[in-house]
Amino acid sequence: MIRDILTIACLLIGTFFTVVAALGVVRFPDLYMRMSAATKSTTLGCGFMLLGGAIYFSDDFGVTARAIAVIGFVFLTAPVGAHMIGRAGYISGAKLWNKSVVNELEGRYTATALRSGDEDESGGSESVNQAGS
Amino acid sequence: MLSSFALGIFTVLLLGVVLSLGRLVKGPKMADRVVVIDLLATIGIGMIVAYAIATDEPVFMDVTAIIGIVGFLGTIAFAYYLQRKADD
Repeated sequence: MIRDILTIACLLIGTFFTVVAALGVVRFPDLYMRMSAATKSTTLGCGFMLLGGAIYFSDDFGVTARAIAVIGFVFLTAPVGAHMIGRAGYISGAKLWNKSVVNELEGRYTATALRSGDEDESGGSESVNQAGS
Repeated sequence: MLSSFALGIFTVLLLGVVLSLGRLVKGPKMADRVVVIDLLATIGIGMIVAYAIATDEPVFMDVTAIIGIVGFLGTIAFAYYLQRKADD
């Protein structure tokens, strides 16, 4: 009985966060906000859904252990994926929302600055400094 | 009773999939579409958990691990491809 109630609570919380993330991906104005919504919120939502599954199948310890391992995996990999998408989007020139107030990477994180950093370590940092000043 | 509740959860998550497919069609750049692919993999994990509870089959819980790994590798590969394409 208490197990069913815990399962229902976890599934409800997880579904709420997941659907809110889908709504955010549709409604947010630029790539970076959408990426933030799609990653942070779904990580929590997916974690709660898996926790619900782990509680429901808690008779079988193997299933619970695997579900908790998947929670750990998702919590480790989702930020890495978000960082990679944001970096690729910035390098390929995705625009910020026109009401965003600050862009601290302005001119420091272009494809040319990164490429000169690949060729020569000291020269790359110099060119990054010049682009920043 | 819990199985029909889990089917309801499955349906609500399907609504989330339909919403994000709108962004997949509209997304102005390819990076937006990669974000949606990442989101779809994560929603898919939730749907599989709901289906496993609805049918009372713990075997389906193993599928979540596969979806998680493949979704992460796909996101990384797409992001790496976008970055290489921007460098050229």
